[in-house]
Amino acid sequence: MMSYVTKSPWIIHYDGSSCNGCDIEVLACLTPMYDVERFGIINTGNPKHADIFLLTGSVNEQNIPVIKQIYEQMPEPKVVVAIGICATSGGIFAECYNVQGGSDKVVPVDVYVPGCAARPEAIIDGVVKGLGVLAEKRAAMVKK
Amino acid sequence: MDRLTYIIVAVAAYLILAPLAGGLLAGVDRRITARMQGRVGPPILQPFYDVFKLFEKEGITVNKVQDFYIQCFLIFIVITGCFFFAGGDLLLIIFTLTLASIFLIVAAFSSNSPYAQIGAERELLQMMAYEPMVLITAIGFYLVYGTFNISDVVAGGGPAIVYLPGIFIGFVYILTIKLRKSPFDLSMSHHGHQELVKGLTTEFSGKTLALIEIAHWYENIFLMGFVYLFFAWSAPWSPILAVLICCIIYFLEIFIDNNEARVKWQLAINTSWIAAATLGFVNMLVLYFIVF
Ligand code: SF4
Repeated sequence: MMSYVTKSPWIIHYDGSSCNGCDIEVLACLTPMYDVERFGIINTGNPKHADIFLLTGSVNEQNIPVIKQIYEQMPEPKVVVAIGICATSGGIFAECYNVQGGSDKVVPVDVYVPGCAARPEAIIDGVVKGLGVLAEKRAAMVKK
Repeated sequence: MDRLTYIIVAVAAYLILAPLAGGLLAGVDRRITARMQGRVGPPILQPFYDVFKLFEKEGITVNKVQDFYIQCFLIFIVITGCFFFAGGDLLLIIFTLTLASIFLIVAAFSSNSPYAQIGAERELLQMMAYEPMVLITAIGFYLVYGTFNISDVVAGGGPAIVYLPGIFIGFVYILTIKLRKSPFDLSMSHHGHQELVKGLTTEFSGKTLALIEIAHWYENIFLMGFVYLFFAWSAPWSPILAVLICCIIYFLEIFIDNNEARVKWQLAINTSWIAAATLGFVNMLVLYFIVF
């Protein structure tokens, strides 16, 4: 059965320790230029409404509990997409004394989007990849 | 068709068609809104995808009573619409609608989330803003037709708009609040998903959120029915005209939604009450002089 999760993916976006470059690119996806609402994507800002967790920036001591809490508040099925090199490995901030590394140190990441900054096209591509994972997770949920 | 069969047909039609029409209306709304903002916009069926998706999600509730209140909200919205389309009593309809809104507010208040509480408070303020005008609308219909019964209003002489132009404009004014459109979308906006203006729904997710959305569709169709009432009379072509005007009014609301900046709640209350006190009240006064 086709799942509706792939037709209406609502996202929540959190920006960790970063230069805000990827952060701005995520928001660029919502502008008339890229208009992700075409795919039913809505930037919810509320973890309880979200299906896809977009993480930009690296993980530091201060935002570990925040990221964890956002992830835990999202209802299943849910997918985490790490955007930019910071979110993947810590990027240029990896050496900082307070930085732990990429977002997979805290939450299970499903899709990694490379780039510094990741281009809006790449971000949309990453979200679409995430939809595949989302559909799989939904199917697993139905089986259970 | 006798009265009873009419009621059964009307209620069944409302139960089945209202969510379909309401969902489509929401889809068209989102599409037009996107076009006005220079975007392509989602598919017309997007609201249905959203609701089906929400039904597929895991259920998370913050307390035991929350879901119950939301179910009551949906049920009472549906009952309101059923009373309306079955040609029931206008006063009863207004009070069931108020009751439904109260359930939504209580559901939001039942969680201890500050966002939900501020959202609920704003919803209460919005209710205070539109209630006077809604009551004046009902009284206006009574003054013209001598009855609160909708079936008699529709069967009555000319269209109500001839006698109630001021009340109609006042009603359209508060319709912006009821349809949750900017500038008065303070508690459950269609936009600003990350902002406090979405506060009322903060603690609802999955199926519960889907029920709120469905209730919103039912409510919108009921409200369009109210607009219809102003233009309905016994002439055979009046339904076509009335539906056309409903579409125009809805388009106007979308237009306002996209062109007006959101206002503070103080302004929402003040202007709605001013609209009720001038447009509504003056219209009633004129009616008194005509009738007596
Ligand atoms: S990946 Fe590059 S552009 Fe993106 S947040 Fe990190 S430093 Fe900035």
